Amino acid sequence: MPESSGDFARAPGASRLFQVDLPLLLLLMLLAAFGLVVLYSAAGQDAGIVARQARFFLLGLLAMLLAAQISPVRYRRWAPWLYLLGVLLLVGVMFLGVGAKGAQRWLSIAGFRFQPAEIMKLVMPLMVAGYLADRALPPRLGHTLVCLGIIMLPGILILRQPDLGTALLIIASGLFVIFMAGIGWRYLAGVVVFAIASAWPMWMFVLEDYQKQRILTLLNPESDKLGAGWNIIQSKTAIGSGGWQGKGWLQGTQSQLDFLPESHTDFIIAVLAEEFGLRGVILLLSLYLLILLRGFWIGMHAQSTFGRLLAGSITLTFFVYIFVNMGMVSGLLPVVGVPLPLVSAGGTSLVTLMAAFGLLMSIAAERRVIGQ
Amino acid sequence: MAQNMTLKDTAREVRVYSARTAVAVLVTSVALTLVLARYFSLQVTDFEIYRTQSERNRVQLQALPPKRGLIFDRNGTLLADNRPSHTLSLIPERVNDMDATLSRLGELVALSDDDVEEFRRKLERRRPYDPIPLRFQLLEDEQARVAVNRHALPGVVVEAQLLRHYPHGELLAHVLGYVGRINESELETLDTSDYRGTFHIGKVGVERYYEDRLHGEVGYQNVETNAHGRVLRVLDRFAPVPGVDIALHLDLDLQRTAMQALGDQRGALVALDVATGGVLAMASTPTYDGNLFVNGISSRAYAALRDSPDVPLFNRAVQGQYPPGSTVKPLIALAGLQSELVTPETTVPDPGWYRLPGSSRRYRDWTLSIRGTGHAPQVDLNMAIAESCDVYFYDLARRLGIDPMHDYLAPFGLGSRTGIDTTGERSGVLPSSRWKREALNQVWYPGETLSAGIGQGYMLSTPLQLAVATATLANRGKFQTPRLVRQVGEAAPETPVSHYVDAAPEHWDAIYQGMRDVVHGARGTARSVARGMTYEMAGKTGTSQVIGIAQDAVYDEDAVAERHRHHGLFIAFAPLEAPQIALAVIVENGGGSSAAYPIARTVIDAWLMREGA
Repeated sequence: MPESSGDFARAPGASRLFQVDLPLLLLLMLLAAFGLVVLYSAAGQDAGIVARQARFFLLGLLAMLLAAQISPVRYRRWAPWLYLLGVLLLVGVMFLGVGAKGAQRWLSIAGFRFQPAEIMKLVMPLMVAGYLADRALPPRLGHTLVCLGIIMLPGILILRQPDLGTALLIIASGLFVIFMAGIGWRYLAGVVVFAIASAWPMWMFVLEDYQKQRILTLLNPESDKLGAGWNIIQSKTAIGSGGWQGKGWLQGTQSQLDFLPESHTDFIIAVLAEEFGLRGVILLLSLYLLILLRGFWIGMHAQSTFGRLLAGSITLTFFVYIFVNMGMVSGLLPVVGVPLPLVSAGGTSLVTLMAAFGLLMSIAAERRVIGQ
Repeated sequence: MAQNMTLKDTAREVRVYSARTAVAVLVTSVALTLVLARYFSLQVTDFEIYRTQSERNRVQLQALPPKRGLIFDRNGTLLADNRPSHTLSLIPERVNDMDATLSRLGELVALSDDDVEEFRRKLERRRPYDPIPLRFQLLEDEQARVAVNRHALPGVVVEAQLLRHYPHGELLAHVLGYVGRINESELETLDTSDYRGTFHIGKVGVERYYEDRLHGEVGYQNVETNAHGRVLRVLDRFAPVPGVDIALHLDLDLQRTAMQALGDQRGALVALDVATGGVLAMASTPTYDGNLFVNGISSRAYAALRDSPDVPLFNRAVQGQYPPGSTVKPLIALAGLQSELVTPETTVPDPGWYRLPGSSRRYRDWTLSIRGTGHAPQVDLNMAIAESCDVYFYDLARRLGIDPMHDYLAPFGLGSRTGIDTTGERSGVLPSSRWKREALNQVWYPGETLSAGIGQGYMLSTPLQLAVATATLANRGKFQTPRLVRQVGEAAPETPVSHYVDAAPEHWDAIYQGMRDVVHGARGTARSVARGMTYEMAGKTGTSQVIGIAQDAVYDEDAVAERHRHHGLFIAFAPLEAPQIALAVIVENGGGSSAAYPIARTVIDAWLMREGA
């Protein structure tokens, strides 16, 4: 069957059956269940927080299944408009946003508060993939530069909020599309050189004091034992004292005695590692690895360029969440606000993540429809 | 052909994509292996290290609170120091049964409901191994009882700590302010790591304004403790940086003289060093004892202070806003000279009242009800100031107009905050047509200009503003921002000179002559104060026709009769030929300026005749 950018999904005879990728669904359910068990302990055995998380997970499931029913062709058609809307909302945040803890990230419309950056997490890979899908691949320099423009506009808007963690994730999701599209290694090397060269101006002009503090703290956590270094020292102690066996569910002294800050949000992996030991960490990593492999598999078997690029980007971004979160809590990376996917307590970000898996399922469904 | 191209491209695309996926799988696998290796090294290789660290018998990080900076007066007399005090604290994670421990402690030491409530609030915020204070300033026998029962009270510790103390509590409460326990709203805005181990923070006054400098920087130490929280040994120690000592311009003896001269009356006095703008004395009565607040005042004692009709917590010197009355006349006279509307020789007929052209309403001079007539058939500038002639200033105010009057008076600091280094300063009101439009949304009426001309109507000023305006007069127009603090640590901050009021030398002299004759003239309104004076003083009396002033400067119509009496005001500087001190006094409901000028005399005498002057 010839590949074309045509509207094949609407071809007569296309199945209208309920679309779902069972392996992915199963893995996500397992992960979420494990997450809720850990969360109950991490939240100081507060059933309310667990119930809230479960509700958000169900909402996320709904969003995922809904997203899976829509054809990638449609997403591709919508991408520019969603992108435009997302950028407008980000600009809106700049002028009308609601602040919390020195950052301005929220937009309040008719009493409903949300973070436009969350929408961008989904829209960015859609937009870049949609743009490149029509072009000859690997992309030429001109097209690559356009993509960088598409990526950096919202990226800078989010950096200015300031929200370094989210901005890096969104920028990365766009760059992953370009990477999967086959951009030359020479360009990649160029990007690396550029990134290193821009470190100094970033440090001087872009990074906020608290962000610099986090980097300095990473390099030497002992330098600020009572302040920013506290978190890292405590989380490393929690992880290390868990050993191979773990101290047992609800038995982690570091977490249960409140030594560990943010224990039920960004630092929840430390609770898992303390109470379930390295065995628990390996179980978690295995689940994540299987999800990643399924994501790559869906990308490999996608029937359209758009689907391939999108699937690759979503999977790699999911990997970044895992790597950055587990790396920062264990002291490998600076502390940026990235949750541990499907385990950390969190409302809208959980729904966004599930919706992204819905996009993956939509791509997987396209393959089956074509196959019939 | 086109389709062939597409086919070919697609094939290449898929090939490239597959290669990239392979790279991605490789990279993610390597990265996750790296993460796994990290957790392996923490959990398996270094397991023993971290297990030991998380054991109960562990190394603890203790905060070492810095010593708060001291406050001295200009002669090095200590005004605020730190005294050792014993604090009973609990380490939550070591307490087996919190409720039982609290009730047992209640039998050993005196615990109020406030103490326990405050403790429980902190319990939710601090880390479980940080000691949380329950009772401050334990008495010796209380310490002994706790020590004897210590074995039965795990997690209970008695710590020696330095606490703020004000040796001259009531004399200086309005100047220094006080420190108090850090409250919840402050916890949210503070850099908590800087205040770990510190339980007190400046709340008002100099203590608050200079909090950053007085507080110092926290230090810390690593200690090894046993299961009962007892420190076995100190592993390493980073000493705290003590807060900086502060020296005031204030002279304690002069402050005491001023407070005693005000006595039981409600009022305020601000005396400034003419050369520097430094505050030599700042009195506000009634007052309170700042020591009461250091350890949390009981709610009953606080309610008594807060609800007293005399508002002792209110610093009248910078927060009280009063009609300045006739004390603004020298400034308005100077405006008349500057604008060339009058010369010292210009005279105004004074029948005892004044009428706006085309209006039948009579504006009365204060002499009318006493003598039935004016000061003299014709009044010149000198007589107008010396005898406080209202008619002269009604006429001058009308010719000047309200907005130019505003512009001439504003540079003296009226109508805006002076920028003094303390908390709570208010701006007063220097009315103008624009002010009335913006504040009241009303137009300005010509009659109101006349009221403004004698410092009544909308015009309001703080005693500090009047003192600053007087110092500016004495300084021939050099306005200096008033300063309480003369030295912070080793640094002597220059007083910022804000600006100069420009007027001809002979104009200043004419005003000085008028103010001299207020005190030394045969018919001066304060002539009785000059008896036995060995120097020459320039002054101006004022009486403000108001009925009691409440904390929010709203006149209370229901106030008792005593509070219906006029406020007495007096501004002065001396010696006339080379002014050293400028001051303003107000005595609430004093009846008239005669309640105020003896106080000014007492304070200026004390300053000019002090030892070493």
